[in-house]
Amino acid sequence: MDVPMSTIAMFLRIERERVSEGLREAQARLNGSGEAVLDFASVLRLGPKDLAGLEALVNVAGERGVKIELRGVNVGIYKVLKLARLASRFSFRA
Amino acid sequence: MITTEAIPRPVRSAASPEELSKERIAYLEGLVLQARRAAASFTQYTQEDVDRIVKPMVVAGLEQAQYLARLAVEETGLGVLEDKALKNMVATEFVYNYVKDKPTVGAIREFPERGIVEVAEPIGVIFSLTPITNPTATVLFKCIMAIKTRNAVIFSPHPNAWRCCFEAVKIMYETALEHGAPEGVFTCLESHGLQENAYLMKHKDIGLIDATGGPGVVKAAYSSGKPALGVGAGNTPVYLEKTADLNMAVVDIITSKTFDNGTICASEQTVVIDDEIYDSVLKKFADLGAHICDESETRLLERAVIDPQTGFMQPVAVGQKAIDIAHRAGLAVKPHTKLLIAAIQGVGPEHPLSVEKLFPVLAVYRAKSVDEALKVCVDVNHAGGVGHTAVVFSRNDEVVRRFSEVINAGRIIVNSPGSIGAFGGVYNDMVPTFSFGCGTAGGNSTTDNVNVYHYLNIKRVARRTQAHMWFRVPNQIYFNMNAVENLRRLPSKSTILVTNPFMEQMGHVDLVRRHIPPDALVHVCVIPDAEPEVKVVLQGVEALNYYKADQIIALGGGSVIDAAKIMKLKYESPDADLEELAAPFMDIRKRVVEYPTEKVHRARLIAISTTSGTGSEVTPFAVLFDKERSKKVTLADYSLTPDVAIVDPQFVMSMPKTLTADTGIDCLTHALEAAVSIYASPYTDSNAMQAIRLVFKYLPIAYEHPNDEEARSMMHNAACIAAIAFSNAAVGVNHALAHAFGARFHVSHGRANALMLPHVLAFNASVPSKFMPSPNQRGYIAHKKYATIAELLALGGNTVDEKVKRLIAATEQLLDKLSIPRSIADLGISRQQFEAAMPDLAKNAFDDPSWRSNPRMPLVSELVELFWIAYQGRGVAEAVPDLHQQPA
Repeated sequence: MDVPMSTIAMFLRIERERVSEGLREAQARLNGSGEAVLDFASVLRLGPKDLAGLEALVNVAGERGVKIELRGVNVGIYKVLKLARLASRFSFRA
Repeated sequence: MITTEAIPRPVRSAASPEELSKERIAYLEGLVLQARRAAASFTQYTQEDVDRIVKPMVVAGLEQAQYLARLAVEETGLGVLEDKALKNMVATEFVYNYVKDKPTVGAIREFPERGIVEVAEPIGVIFSLTPITNPTATVLFKCIMAIKTRNAVIFSPHPNAWRCCFEAVKIMYETALEHGAPEGVFTCLESHGLQENAYLMKHKDIGLIDATGGPGVVKAAYSSGKPALGVGAGNTPVYLEKTADLNMAVVDIITSKTFDNGTICASEQTVVIDDEIYDSVLKKFADLGAHICDESETRLLERAVIDPQTGFMQPVAVGQKAIDIAHRAGLAVKPHTKLLIAAIQGVGPEHPLSVEKLFPVLAVYRAKSVDEALKVCVDVNHAGGVGHTAVVFSRNDEVVRRFSEVINAGRIIVNSPGSIGAFGGVYNDMVPTFSFGCGTAGGNSTTDNVNVYHYLNIKRVARRTQAHMWFRVPNQIYFNMNAVENLRRLPSKSTILVTNPFMEQMGHVDLVRRHIPPDALVHVCVIPDAEPEVKVVLQGVEALNYYKADQIIALGGGSVIDAAKIMKLKYESPDADLEELAAPFMDIRKRVVEYPTEKVHRARLIAISTTSGTGSEVTPFAVLFDKERSKKVTLADYSLTPDVAIVDPQFVMSMPKTLTADTGIDCLTHALEAAVSIYASPYTDSNAMQAIRLVFKYLPIAYEHPNDEEARSMMHNAACIAAIAFSNAAVGVNHALAHAFGARFHVSHGRANALMLPHVLAFNASVPSKFMPSPNQRGYIAHKKYATIAELLALGGNTVDEKVKRLIAATEQLLDKLSIPRSIADLGISRQQFEAAMPDLAKNAFDDPSWRSNPRMPLVSELVELFWIAYQGRGVAEAVPDLHQQPA
C-alpha cells in the first residue's frame, strides 16, 4: 500500500557515488513529523562512512519523530545493515 | 646485554570490566563501532577486491621488514635484528605465497560428487592479542589473513612491544586503505591494559579472540566465553637418533635454537641423543660455536636462567644472546659462543633445565636405548609443551613412526629445525603461520598452524543426494514345470542335499536326485521341519566338510533353505560368528558388521522351494533359532543369496489349502510392502506390481483348485518375483507387526501378515503423523502407489482415495475367499490375553527392523492402535471415509 503523500516529509533519491553526501542532505532536510523516504535503488555498496551517516540520520529522525523508509535496498546492503545493527531502525520497501 | 626492561610482564587474570572509567568505555565502544562498520561493509567485497588489497600490503611489509625488526629489537630488547627481519619477510612473502590463490570469498571449495559446496562467511570483528617475542611479524601475518578473509581487527599488542606493533598496524592499514579496504578495518588499542582486554574479550560485537602470547593471555581468551584461537606454551623435545645425518642435525639445531635468540616457542629445548653418537654430537656442537657446560657450569647456568621458586625460565634471559647469558651466570666462554649446552640426567623439578627456555640454552640427555630416548622425549613433551612441537632426526622410518605415536604435538618436525620448521613453508610444506595451535592438551581449540581458514566461518551448502541403490538377484533362476531338470546343467563331484523328512516321504528327494549329474556323489542331510537351530546347522557343516561338498541343494520351504544358506556360510567361512553377523542395522548399505569374503571352501547353493510364499530361494535372508537363548537370529547379506533358484511348481502341487492361503498372502504382503518401501525403485516396482497382479488372479484359483497347474505355477512365480522385489526394497510395518504377533501367539507368519494387511494399507495410505526420512522419495507417495496398484488390478475408482479404498476392499475380499479369520479375536484370543500381551507386542514390533523401510514411520502408540484394529477385524475400507486426509 502506498504511503499517502500528505505524510511523507521527504523523498530523496540516494546516488550511487554520493551516498554520504545524500545522507547528510537528508539529515539537513529532516523537519516536521511523518515519514522520510530514501530511495537506495541505485546504491550497490555501503562503506563505513555511509553506515555512520545512516546512524546519524536515524538518530536525528528519532529525535524529531520522523520514521525513515528505505526503498530499493538490495539484499547485500540489507545484510550490511543487519550486521551494523541498523536494519531494525528503518522500514523497508522494495 | 640483559636489561630488566626486557622482562615480559606477567599477565594477571582478567580484571572486571567495571573498573574502567566511562571515558575508557566510550573509547573502546568507539573502536568496536568503527570495526563493526568496517566489517559489515567488508562483506560486500569480492575475491578480486580483497586480492587487490592483499598484494600491496605484502609488498609494504617486505619493504619495511628491516625497519620494523629494528623497532622491535629496540623496544623489546629481545632477539636478533636480522632474524626478526627474516620473520617479517616470512610473515609476508611466505604467507602470501600460501594464501594468494586460495579462495576466501563466496564458494571456496566444491565437492560435486558429494553435492557439497563450502561458502566463506567472514567472522566480523576479531580482537587480536600479539606477543612480545614475535611482535611485528605476528601483526603483519594477522593483517594479511584478516584482509584476505574480509574481517576487521582490533589489535592489543603486548605493552612492551606496543610501539613497533602500532607501527606495523599503521603500515598495513594505510596500504590497505589506499587500495580500497574499508575505513576502520584495523585499529590498535592506544595502550595495553588488562581491563581493556577483558572488556573487549567479552564484548558482544567481537566475533573471535585470536590470542598469541603467554599462557595468561591465552587462558583469559578461552575463559571469556567467546570463540577463541590461542596457542599454548612449548617445550620442544628433540630425539637425535643414531641413524640421523649428524652434521645436518647439529647445524639445524643451532640454526633453530639461536634464531632470534631462541624466542620462538617451537624452538628446541632438550635434545635426547643416542649413547653411540652422544660424544661425537657434542663435539660437533662445540666445533660450530656451542659451549658445552661441565657439571659445575651447569649448576651456575641453572641458577642464572631458571627461577628456583617457580621452576620456570627467568624472564630476564628471554631472547638474550648466549654470551650475555653466560656472563650473567659467571661462565667463561669464547667470545663468539652461539649456544650454551648443558647435560641433564632427567626431566622435572630436580632437573631445572628440562623446562622451556626461550633463549639459546639447550639441555642434552644421553639415552642408552630407543625406548629410553622416547620416554625422556615424552617426559619433556609433558613438562610444559604438550600439544606444541617436537623434532626427530633419524633416517629410520620406524623410529619416526614410534616418535610420532608417543609424542603429543601439533607439529612433529622431521630432520629439520624446530622453530623455522614449525612456521611452515620453509623446511616443509606445512601451512605458514605465526600462531601454533596446540590442541586440547595445550588448552587450544586446534592443533593446526593457524591460517586463513581459522578466520572464516565455513558454511556447507549440502544438496540432496540419493542413496546408492541396487538390484541383486541370483545368477540363475529356472522356472516352470520340470525346471528341476536343469540340475543336469550344474556339474558337481560331491553334492549334499538338505531337506526335511516330509520331502522324503513325498518322493521329492528321489525326484531331485534323478536330475543330479550321475558322476556326482550325493548325500542327503535330513533336518527337522522347523526353523533351523544352530546345532542342526553345525551338523550339516560337518557333513559338508566330511564329503568335501562342492554343491548344496536345499529342497524344502523357507526353513530348509535358510538352514542351507547358513550351512554354506559356515562351510565357506568357518570363523564366521553368527551372533555377530546378526547385529542389527538400519541401512544395509551402511551396516557395521561385514560378512566374510575370504572362503576356505567354495560350494554352489541351489534352492528348490516347495512352498509359494517366502521366496527364500532368491532372498539374502536366513532365520536361525538359537535354542540356548530361545530367540530367533536373522541374518541378512547378499552373500547368503542362493546361486541358483529352481522354481518348479511340481513341488507345490500338493500344498494343503491352509498353507496355500497363508503362504500366498505372505507373498502378497511382500509385494505390497516392497511397492511402497522407501527403497522401492523402478526395478523392484516392476516385480512387486507383477507379483500383486498374479496373486490377485491366481491365488483364489490355486486355493479352490489345488491341481490347477497354471495357478500353482503362477503363484510359485509370484512368490519368487515378490521375493526379488523385497530382497532389494525390503518390507515394512506389516511384517514388524506380524513378527511380534506371530511369535507371541504362535500364529503362522503368512496368517499373521494376513490379519494385519488391510489395516496397514489404510495406515500407509493416510497422511503420516511422522514421515520416514527417505532421500530417494520425492514427497509422500504410498497412497499413489496403492492407487496405481488398484488401476493395475482394474478395480475402478476416480480419485486416489477411491482407488486406495477399492484396493483395501479387494484385499479383504481375497482374505475372505481364502477363509482367513477376519480378526485376531476370531483366532480365539481373548481381549484380556491380548491386552496383557500388548506391552510386549508393541515393544517387539518397534524393535523389529522391518518397519525401517516403511514409508510411514510408526509411533509406538500407532503400533498399539494397529494391533487393536486388527484385533477388532476387517472392514477397513468402509470404516475410514477419507483415507488420505485422516491419519489412521
